[in-house]
Amino acid sequence: MSKVIPGLLYSESHEWVKVDGQVAIIGVSDYAQSELGDITYVDMPQVGEQIEKAQEFGALESVKTAADLYSPVSGSVVATNKLVEDDPSLINADPYTNWIIKIEMSDTQELDSLLNASAYESSL
Amino acid sequence: MYKTTCLHEQHLALGAVMSPFAGFDMPIRYPAGIIAEHKAVREKVGVFDVSHMGEIFVSGKDSEKFVNHIFTNDISALEKGSILYGMMLYPDGGTVDDLLVYRCFEDERYLLVVNAGNIDKDYEWILKNAEGFDVQIDNQSEAWGQLAIQGPDSEKILLEVLGLPQARDLGFYTFCEQDDMIISRTGYTGEDGFEIYAPIEKTINMWNTLIEAGVQPCGLGCRDTLRFEAGLPLYGDELSEEISPVMAGLSMFCKFDKPEFIGKDALMAQKNGAISRKLVGLEVKDRAIPRAGYPVETPDGEQVGVVSTGYHSISLDRSLAFALVDTDYSALGTELQVRIRNKVFPAEVIKKRFYKTNYKKA
Repeated sequence: MSKVIPGLLYSESHEWVKVDGQVAIIGVSDYAQSELGDITYVDMPQVGEQIEKAQEFGALESVKTAADLYSPVSGSVVATNKLVEDDPSLINADPYTNWIIKIEMSDTQELDSLLNASAYESSL
Repeated sequence: MYKTTCLHEQHLALGAVMSPFAGFDMPIRYPAGIIAEHKAVREKVGVFDVSHMGEIFVSGKDSEKFVNHIFTNDISALEKGSILYGMMLYPDGGTVDDLLVYRCFEDERYLLVVNAGNIDKDYEWILKNAEGFDVQIDNQSEAWGQLAIQGPDSEKILLEVLGLPQARDLGFYTFCEQDDMIISRTGYTGEDGFEIYAPIEKTINMWNTLIEAGVQPCGLGCRDTLRFEAGLPLYGDELSEEISPVMAGLSMFCKFDKPEFIGKDALMAQKNGAISRKLVGLEVKDRAIPRAGYPVETPDGEQVGVVSTGYHSISLDRSLAFALVDTDYSALGTELQVRIRNKVFPAEVIKKRFYKTNYKKA
């Protein structure tokens, strides 16, 4: 069984969001990392890039496949996680600690369309 | 509905991630993961279920002449207990399949080991071309299981865990027959290793014995990363009806001094310069991974090829690919670029054998 953490919001494309004021901290769920297997590369956006909700902002690559990352919210990228960029296997080890990007949200109401933990868990 | 091998239940019980391959529901990786499985084979030993592979026997008075007619390599000097790699071709030089030919210990008898996805096509091709030859063709693919035990410790495992002391005396590309089993020193990983062909029940027993002894089960995921590093082609990616052995850089397995074989004339013409595309090795100078189907371009952005297989190499920690490119851009050292999603990454043409293989010396 994949782990789902209460208190986070989830997208149907298996990203999670932790809300910190205007900033959305974004990573991928345990389900996503276990489906992918050993992650070897993270394709990150640039800090400052404007991203629309549901737009592709990067990709995770495992040994065998590449999976696009879709943004759960709109806004501008304010940080990318260098630790994860240098060692993508951190996402396999702990997908909920090892975030990928932070976005300064342009419309926090978009959060309403995301799933809570129990709704996400039952969608798996 | 996909076919299954005799070890399907074992794979499920081990928690394998399963996926369709060549018409079979096959294990892609076990819980250890592709990287751990890959490293087990490079550093110690791993076992693969390759029971999906096809076994077609050719026997009879004309068997040598017939196999030489459909096979690019030359079996006329092949001794009993020895094996050759080569291809079957269409008259236009396109590849029907790549395969191993075993010369059995019984007189006038050969075993052709073919790719799982091509068994039916190959069997029909062989039957069709056997007309006029005094041969019997026997497709025994469903009666045989096959295990590949690969890695530097594989000989020790055959001796100590499976109780097969004959393994010690086998050189690379030779085999022995033991009761109803065939044990050959072959593989698809670039390491020393063995492939054991056995009836279904024996295959299951050996698999269970190996797993109980702690041998790492390995899925098709790392089978592909291992063969790729060793520069070995996969039918469908680097060889196909459109990709001849000459294009794939496998001319050394085509004996042009043989009087004839199907596809020889077309292949000769290709060898003498009439090819537009060639398979090359590429190194991308970044951690981004060139995947099958990604465009290969000149530094000016003109597309001159396409990636056939690509990985971030586990053993070498480099982003590498096989790519089919226009012959004009196939020379070692040529600067190209690969388009990965919407970015381009510089790449250089390098030798395809990325990893230094560790086969058993004769």
